[in-house]
Amino acid sequence: MPEWLISLIKIAVIVFGFVMAVASLLTVLGDRKQSAKIQNRMGPNRAQLFGKGFLQNTGIPHFIADGIKMVLKENTIPDGANKFLFLIAPMLVFLPGLFAWATIPFMDHWCTGEIQVIANHQEICTGGEWKNYFQIMDINGGLLYAFAIASISVYGAAIAGWASNSKFSLLGGLRSSAQMISYEVTMGLSLAGIILLYGTLDFNEMSRMQGEQLFGFLPMWGVFLQPVAFFVFFLAGMAETKRSPFDLPEGESELVAGYITEYSSMRFGVMQLGEYAATVFIAALVALMFFGGWQVPWLYGDGFHFGAPTGTPDIAVPYIVVVVLRISAMIIKTLFFVWLQFMMRWTLPRFRYDQVMTLGWKILLPISLANLLVTALLAAIF
Amino acid sequence: MGTVDVKVMERHQKTFWEKSYIPEIARGLGVTISQFFTNLNPKKEERETFTIEYPESGTAHYAPRWRGQHRLMLREDGQVRCVACMCCSTICPANCIHIEAAEHDDPTIEKYPRVFVIDELRCIVCGLCVEACPCDAIRMDTGVHMAPRTDRSTSFHQRDDMMKRGGLSIATRAGQRAIDEKEESR
Repeated sequence: MPEWLISLIKIAVIVFGFVMAVASLLTVLGDRKQSAKIQNRMGPNRAQLFGKGFLQNTGIPHFIADGIKMVLKENTIPDGANKFLFLIAPMLVFLPGLFAWATIPFMDHWCTGEIQVIANHQEICTGGEWKNYFQIMDINGGLLYAFAIASISVYGAAIAGWASNSKFSLLGGLRSSAQMISYEVTMGLSLAGIILLYGTLDFNEMSRMQGEQLFGFLPMWGVFLQPVAFFVFFLAGMAETKRSPFDLPEGESELVAGYITEYSSMRFGVMQLGEYAATVFIAALVALMFFGGWQVPWLYGDGFHFGAPTGTPDIAVPYIVVVVLRISAMIIKTLFFVWLQFMMRWTLPRFRYDQVMTLGWKILLPISLANLLVTALLAAIF
Repeated sequence: MGTVDVKVMERHQKTFWEKSYIPEIARGLGVTISQFFTNLNPKKEERETFTIEYPESGTAHYAPRWRGQHRLMLREDGQVRCVACMCCSTICPANCIHIEAAEHDDPTIEKYPRVFVIDELRCIVCGLCVEACPCDAIRMDTGVHMAPRTDRSTSFHQRDDMMKRGGLSIATRAGQRAIDEKEESR
């Protein structure tokens, strides 16, 4: 198969098959059903698809009905709005959430030959080569790329706020840009420690290093090496997605709906989808950098190795099964952190705006700086 | 001049961990997560959801006096019990009952309703028509909700529709009711 066809298939499967599917299903399952379960309600279960009873209690027909409703609704552009900017703002919110997935690996490179595990849990491909099938774009600066693309969505929110010609939108846009820029500082700094330890910006390489073992039994996941960084990064990431408890940019009690006030029909839907896609992306980043990415604990290319590898695995597993297990590990980890973010959303009340800024600049930033300092000292000593 | 007694209230001093909110957030997460999994229980009885789903769950749990759509009761020979005395349409606070009386063929029965229409859009479900009826001809115990409609004309309930929902009533004339257990329990 030619290279470009493989790339196209990878893009279709990862972006449309995973990211879009998860993000759009979250609007029903994550937001409406999960909150209903927490609050002792039923959640949406009235819409029907193919007659009564088919997936009715899951609320999935509601998701299709919502989509149809969004597409069919009238698309309004407010008087005095800057038409061009007003129309491109939803794309600027939504597209970075999809572009950023280009460097997220769902599995290590595919080995066309025999795979061997040598000491230090390195996997070696003999009689073949590594083929990049499970990651859209294999660049060694993957982390930088992901952050660079993800921070573009600030422009979308700010432009949407300004171009709508509405006070509420403008205030919402201001709030979102201030909040996202503040928390991006913390996010970057909290990751500096982990970059120091791994010495790489390549997501795949990071995941590979997390396959090593700590004290001979514990998988060397980022969360065991950098628990503080995980905590800070997860909080900052949640603030970055502008979801509750950090949903000040669209605080309906004071700003109607913030920067999406003037948007209607599918433009509104795209704005919402962009937020959900960002939620999934943060979950994937957390899974990749702190929870081993596609690593299944003690599972390597040829099977399970408990303790130091001796050449033959303790439990032999065929390579294709290993691949399936690793891909599902990545997906399950991502979904778990999506679930956890929604759990936080339905647990915590919304902050006040000054509290959000205080948390970002006065608490999380010093913590991440201290974490970086301690990590750097320890890395220099050992 | 006396001194003012000031009672100093002891404030709850927050500990370091309480101020950091971290254990408290974990506790809150614990509550929501346990609630989430309780309500995911495959056994529906062990969930804590209070919601009753109306059409699926039926109306068996409704109180016996619960008022739904009207029905017109029937005589033993299947004719309408109503004698068109106009008591219900007189007492109706919403003026939603329209009756046109006509002479009955049977000399022992004075009148019968040629037209008996209830406008369910105007009905306020107060149940006064049932209370006012001297011969147990109208009841609201069908257990059927007033359903939302897309066509206004379908909300005018005609006599024959309400007779279809009705049943046999063996109440004696002029108020005294012989309570038939079978009939009372619908």
